[in-house]
Amino acid sequence: MKFLCIPCDEVMDFVERQIPGDGTLAAVFACEKCHREMAMLTNPMETQFVSSMGVKIGGREVPAQPMEVTRGGLEGGSDTAFVDPDTRSDPEDEEARPSVGTDPTQADPPTYAGPTAVEWSPEAVERLQRVPGFVRGMVKRIYTDYAQERQIRTLTPEVMDTARSDLGLEGM
Amino acid sequence: MRKFRTYGEVKHQTESELLEQVLDQRVRLSTRLSRVGTVVAIASGKGGVGKSAVTTNLATTLATRGHQVGVLDADLNGPSIAQMLAVTDATLEDRKDGVVPPRGVAGIRVMSMELLQRNKDAPLRWKEPDSDTFLWQSSMEASALREFLADVDWGEPDYLLIDVPPGTDKIRRLLELVPNLPVLLMVTTPSEISRSVVARSIRLVKEAGVPTVALVSNMTDYLCPDCGNRHPLFRGNGARRLAEDSGHPIWAEIPFDPRMGEDTDRGRPRTLEDPEGEVALAFGSLADRLEGLVQSGDNLEKSSGDGVMSEETNEEQGVFK
Repeated sequence: MKFLCIPCDEVMDFVERQIPGDGTLAAVFACEKCHREMAMLTNPMETQFVSSMGVKIGGREVPAQPMEVTRGGLEGGSDTAFVDPDTRSDPEDEEARPSVGTDPTQADPPTYAGPTAVEWSPEAVERLQRVPGFVRGMVKRIYTDYAQERQIRTLTPEVMDTARSDLGLEGM
Repeated sequence: MRKFRTYGEVKHQTESELLEQVLDQRVRLSTRLSRVGTVVAIASGKGGVGKSAVTTNLATTLATRGHQVGVLDADLNGPSIAQMLAVTDATLEDRKDGVVPPRGVAGIRVMSMELLQRNKDAPLRWKEPDSDTFLWQSSMEASALREFLADVDWGEPDYLLIDVPPGTDKIRRLLELVPNLPVLLMVTTPSEISRSVVARSIRLVKEAGVPTVALVSNMTDYLCPDCGNRHPLFRGNGARRLAEDSGHPIWAEIPFDPRMGEDTDRGRPRTLEDPEGEVALAFGSLADRLEGLVQSGDNLEKSSGDGVMSEETNEEQGVFK
């Protein structure tokens, strides 16, 4: 998909993406030469179609998460389907771990141990706990990656709001 | 009239290229599958011929011989493998580099839609919008299957068995994701209807150039659990006729033993319950053929086929052993 500025005969650059609501996706493109901007709006069906392919209009800002299309799109996902390995007492002893009955709602979001450590504010932790368990681990990593990319040291609800809009995370 | 250049003529690489993202997905998929010894699809095109039972019993036979085995239930709308391999209540480990599937009987790794759904009896549903569902639902299911293959940390299994749901379109979908599929077992029964439907599927996989396609004739006859005698279930033998017509060999003839259904329903495949029985012996023969093929290394490389997939696509994903 390319948008061509006809007067300048230039391909327009992606500027930003927003989810204004109602299943609409807005993607803004601008001509580098004349600075004219245009917004592409997709209806709910078109938004869903793009989403179902696992691609992002405007490109990815954080890496794809394992099973993100399935987990983001499945109706009636089980809150106990996934367990966070960080909550295991002995992560090396795979056979000794119980794989049934662990409650992921008890999982605390761990501090990110990557190059830029990201801490979660108590308010952000509280908000994360409200995310359904089926997608919580994935959402946690997306926000952490987002903060790390931008060298944000503390994740707050405000950062989560910005990330949600920037990344097009409707319902997360 | 204005004259526009074509998409390809307009050179402008930006990070918004959707094609690049799709190629990234393919790389992720091929990287994951490059760690798998041999991918084996169990398909038919026809429903009700016992694909899932063949998959689980073949998996346990291979696992009890010391192989590392994974089973992917590609039937998103009617999953059954989790129950058959006793992992319905198990959980998946949510890791950044992939979801680790639970181990079922005989240490077999299992991935199934059943593990993700809150209500195991509910039909598969995707989130809004409700309208025009037919336009994106197929894309959603293709993505889910891609993620089951690419985003699940299968480890380095010797065999990854894929239980393909009924319908030739489902076989085609799998071949689009795994264009270099080395082995496909086509499950059929002696019935004429089964022969006719499976013949269409064979034609499809032939065109796609799958190097090894073999038949598994299921329910060849009735094995009486009381007297041990065999009785015919179908008139004629469509499976053997299919083998003659298609030129693909029958690798195993599995008798119908009513205990097989009961055992698999409760997560104890027949091959484990009665390892010396006739059903287990038939699956032993099937495993022998598969092991022999892998050891010889013959007929595992994709031929040119008649071309369902483009050569370009094959090269992009061509990492299967």
